[in-house]
Amino acid sequence: MLTTLLFYVFATILVGSAAGVVLSRNPVRAALFLVLAFFESSVLWLLLDAEFLGLVLVLVYVGAVMVLFLFVIMMLDINVAQLREGFTKHAPLGALVAGLMIAEIVYVVWVRHLGMNLPTSAPPLPVNYSNTHQLGQILYTDYMLPFQLAAIVLLIAIVAAIALTMRHRTGFKKQDVSAQVARRREEAVRIVKVDAEKAS
Amino acid sequence: MITLPHFLVLSGILFSIAVAGIFLNRKNVIVLLMCIELMLLAVNFNFVAFSRWWGDVAGQAFVFFILTVAAAESAIGLAILVVLFRERKSINVENLDTMRG
Repeated sequence: MLTTLLFYVFATILVGSAAGVVLSRNPVRAALFLVLAFFESSVLWLLLDAEFLGLVLVLVYVGAVMVLFLFVIMMLDINVAQLREGFTKHAPLGALVAGLMIAEIVYVVWVRHLGMNLPTSAPPLPVNYSNTHQLGQILYTDYMLPFQLAAIVLLIAIVAAIALTMRHRTGFKKQDVSAQVARRREEAVRIVKVDAEKAS
Repeated sequence: MITLPHFLVLSGILFSIAVAGIFLNRKNVIVLLMCIELMLLAVNFNFVAFSRWWGDVAGQAFVFFILTVAAAESAIGLAILVVLFRERKSINVENLDTMRG
């Protein structure tokens, strides 16, 4: 009973904050609404006994990705009024498409139950069930290769982001290590024979 | 009693709101990226709900990978956005017509 109540409360806030992301005038406010949406989904995932992913969502998304979004929004000087042009013009079409999609999904999932006998309640979890333990168990065995590939994807993302945003400015002095190392003695040192001064 | 369709309908509503957001904010690249994040969140919802109802934790492993790829995608997307703003002084999608697409 309490679970049902919690589900409806958090689902309402989640849908409301998603609407806030879409409708708000200010990008900073949209980003903050998205943070709220991530928090609400994290709570709903906890209700689904997915504790590890619920916490990872808060740590990774709210802690890293959304902060990155906010940094970028505040760095750019955006003319919001110009970007909002055509908002009301496209509103009926957007609402129509969204309404149609929601109606279809409700029909397929709620009315027809995906065309099969869905179990009415989730299977009970065994005693001493640990979500993190289970997830780690399959991540490090069955999904070992995808796990490593995910790490490589993140590495490539780091390199790409830095390479994209790095500026090559000219006109200032900096250290060139390879030139320093490649320098040889013959180019750098000139030995001059100086005659010893004769005593007079 | 919360059943599987509750979660599926919730994620469907979330996804549809994100699609509507792409229609509404079609000039603002930042809001478009945020709508993509919302869509990925809706898909992850489906994965987690099915994983719970079928008692198979593999669905949550997929959510893990989706989160990784989405984080990489938004990092690169925002980097491109910063470079774009430096070049054009605007993030309006309508100005991005160099390739005449």
